Amino acid sequence: MHRLTATEEIVKGVLGGNRRSIAKAITAIENDTCQAEEIIAQIYPHTGKAHVIGLTGAGGAGKSTLIEKIVREYRRRGKTVGIVAVDPTSPFTGGAFLGDRIRMQELSTDEGVFIRSMATRNYAGGIAKATKDAVKVLDAAGKDIVLVETVGAGQSEVEIIKVAQTIVVMHAPGLGDEIQAIKAGIMEIADIFVVNKADRENANKAVIDIQSNLQMNNKESPWKPPVLKTTALTGEGVPELIDKLEEHRCFLEGNLECKKALLKNRAETELNEAIKEKAADSLIENLRKRGKLDELLQQILEKKIDPHSAAEKLIKKALSDAET
Amino acid sequence: MQKTRKIRVLIAKPGLDSHDRGAKVVARALRDAGMEVIYTGLRQTPELIVETALQEDVDVIGLSILSGAHKTLFPRIMDLLKKQGLTDVLVFAGGIIPEEDVSDMKKVGIKEIFGPGTRTETIIQYVLDNLPKRD
Repeated sequence: MHRLTATEEIVKGVLGGNRRSIAKAITAIENDTCQAEEIIAQIYPHTGKAHVIGLTGAGGAGKSTLIEKIVREYRRRGKTVGIVAVDPTSPFTGGAFLGDRIRMQELSTDEGVFIRSMATRNYAGGIAKATKDAVKVLDAAGKDIVLVETVGAGQSEVEIIKVAQTIVVMHAPGLGDEIQAIKAGIMEIADIFVVNKADRENANKAVIDIQSNLQMNNKESPWKPPVLKTTALTGEGVPELIDKLEEHRCFLEGNLECKKALLKNRAETELNEAIKEKAADSLIENLRKRGKLDELLQQILEKKIDPHSAAEKLIKKALSDAET
Repeated sequence: MQKTRKIRVLIAKPGLDSHDRGAKVVARALRDAGMEVIYTGLRQTPELIVETALQEDVDVIGLSILSGAHKTLFPRIMDLLKKQGLTDVLVFAGGIIPEEDVSDMKKVGIKEIFGPGTRTETIIQYVLDNLPKRD
């Protein structure tokens, strides 16, 4: 009988929902090993079933705490859940303290839940480079819902739109000026707004701030982002949030054009990024092999050519070589 | 392109004491040494700790305990790790563990024990020197 290779073993495990295999697959993806590409290639046909939800907002808004309550409510409704919780990597040491899990730690022994903490490893945009593919692993492993918690987000951490189908943007009352700052960037990506810590003073004011900002939006869209209030500590408002999440899922399913556009857009982005990475790697590697890399770098250093023109020349040459 | 493997460490607090200053100091030191550190928070059962180690696919576990329950909890944790097939994880411990218990704890598979006053550099170096080999 044919013996399974290590990769086949992991893929088989992932598709069967084996927790060790899921963990190993995500590690391979994070470390960007050759095994990772093979794993993704093999699980890819099995992805696309999960509802992928992104949760973003300022640090301290209550994302992790709310996720714990969201998961409990989904579990009550019979759904299985995978979670990828992203925290920042130190730009100085490369180390990270992954603390999201503390808030949801009690879910760890629930067999219908899988939690993975992930460091950004200095990828910009509020998630890690590996997040997208880790979501695929959890999706292929049969999780009904995959939740992605971004790092505490400010203005431009909007990479999550490339990963999730439904985006929840969290605010908390009393963020004051910070809310103004958030408005410029993240306001546009939300499918659902949540004002957490609703038991605090000024919660209604935060809701009104968001609503009035939404009213200024004159772009016609079939989905109007609702603004909900939650208290993550007690779980108040969470069932209503899950109802809205389900509603948005149905909206995407029912509104096929909307969903198709979203998926096509995402496929294009993924292809674009994959080409960028692979093309850059192979062009550089090719230069190195031909012993031309140092020469070119020297020309750039001596200002004889700028990096953009050099890149353009290289690509043109590669494309014309491919045609002949 | 990142091809280097990151060291992932779980710092865990088994049992019922709520003194985690030491655990946090060690977590912070390992973070500053370039490792990815996951902290469980207080009052963890052996099941929670082992399940977390499995999901997070860590290379190293550091257990911190000051309640005196290590003789019950550590063997249970080591047993569960074995059951889950997590035999290639380096486990060390710290906190208040009396000298006379050390050899028993090492017998169940705790590789090293760091008492009060240990320098964080010592722990970092220990982890780097004893990191389990993985492909």
